[in-house]
Amino acid sequence: MVFGRSDKRHRPDVEPVALKILVAGGFGVGKTTLVGAVSEIKPLRTEEALSEAGRPVDDISGVESKHTTTVAMDFGRITLREDLVLYLFGTPGQDRFWFLWDELAQGALGAVVLADTRRLEDCFGAIDYFERRGIPFTVAVNCFEGADFYPPDTIRDALDLDPSTPVVLCDARDRQTVKEVLIAVVEHAMATTPEEEAAPAVG
Amino acid sequence: MTSDPEGWFDDAAGPVVRPYAMTRGRTRSSSEEKLDLIALVVAEDRSEGEDDGLEDAVFPHTLSPEHVDIVELCRAEPMSVAEIAAELDLPVGVVRVLLGDLLDAELVRVSRPVPPAQLPDERILREVINGLRAL
Repeated sequence: MVFGRSDKRHRPDVEPVALKILVAGGFGVGKTTLVGAVSEIKPLRTEEALSEAGRPVDDISGVESKHTTTVAMDFGRITLREDLVLYLFGTPGQDRFWFLWDELAQGALGAVVLADTRRLEDCFGAIDYFERRGIPFTVAVNCFEGADFYPPDTIRDALDLDPSTPVVLCDARDRQTVKEVLIAVVEHAMATTPEEEAAPAVG
Repeated sequence: MTSDPEGWFDDAAGPVVRPYAMTRGRTRSSSEEKLDLIALVVAEDRSEGEDDGLEDAVFPHTLSPEHVDIVELCRAEPMSVAEIAAELDLPVGVVRVLLGDLLDAELVRVSRPVPPAQLPDERILREVINGLRAL
């Protein structure tokens, strides 16, 4: 016999809203570190099995090797309010997992492209991806110790970015600077009216 | 389409096979489009019993231990699909299938995510900025 209980644990009456921001950039540039600096949970790792991850089966181009069967995605969570949660997803760094980005990018508020001035070319791919899909992104330069300092405008020129794209300097280990990066992403997303840019993602 | 005769032997096939045994071989669920990585899953109230062992009475016998694990996880607070996968150490695809079963059985519900290709309204973005500042 099951007795009904009316004093259930209280949940927010409002439907919780979940938002996501992507963190992209080359391999080893500090994506997981950045997520960990602000996440209230230790960055979690989830795996997607590649055999079915091509679910929207439209883009498997560029997957030269099918030998790897799973890919890990790191993510973190920031609860801003009981009913407002922000998730950060570190995108897979290796190029051959591009097609997984399409699912991650769907419905994303915006993106951080994390760059290392010593290997600036590593983030070209990510910038290209977000530009083509009209996803507002902010370039965050992870200031590694020992790397030469360049002013943001120089970096913007070097990356051939749209003048409106924010470029901020940060230390991926430092919570405060990472917060600034995320704020820049959201502010930029607000300033970007998605009107005609929101072309359907092709291929 | 020809299948690649070189593929899916030994290690290459390994990680895929076992997790999908839990879904009895299914790789898709009917509710897939609802189950975005950040869709929040909440256990329905009617599956909520006393904390001590009412599960057998409440959960249909067709459910696997993994199904039960998911419901347990989503009881205390809403959990995203990605978190459930990480927490249970299962591929996201498997979790989606299991969640589809739970949705069909009305043991969980899924909050509607912000529709893709549409930004949340400005008010929410402002709240996000304020929330981040206050961290």
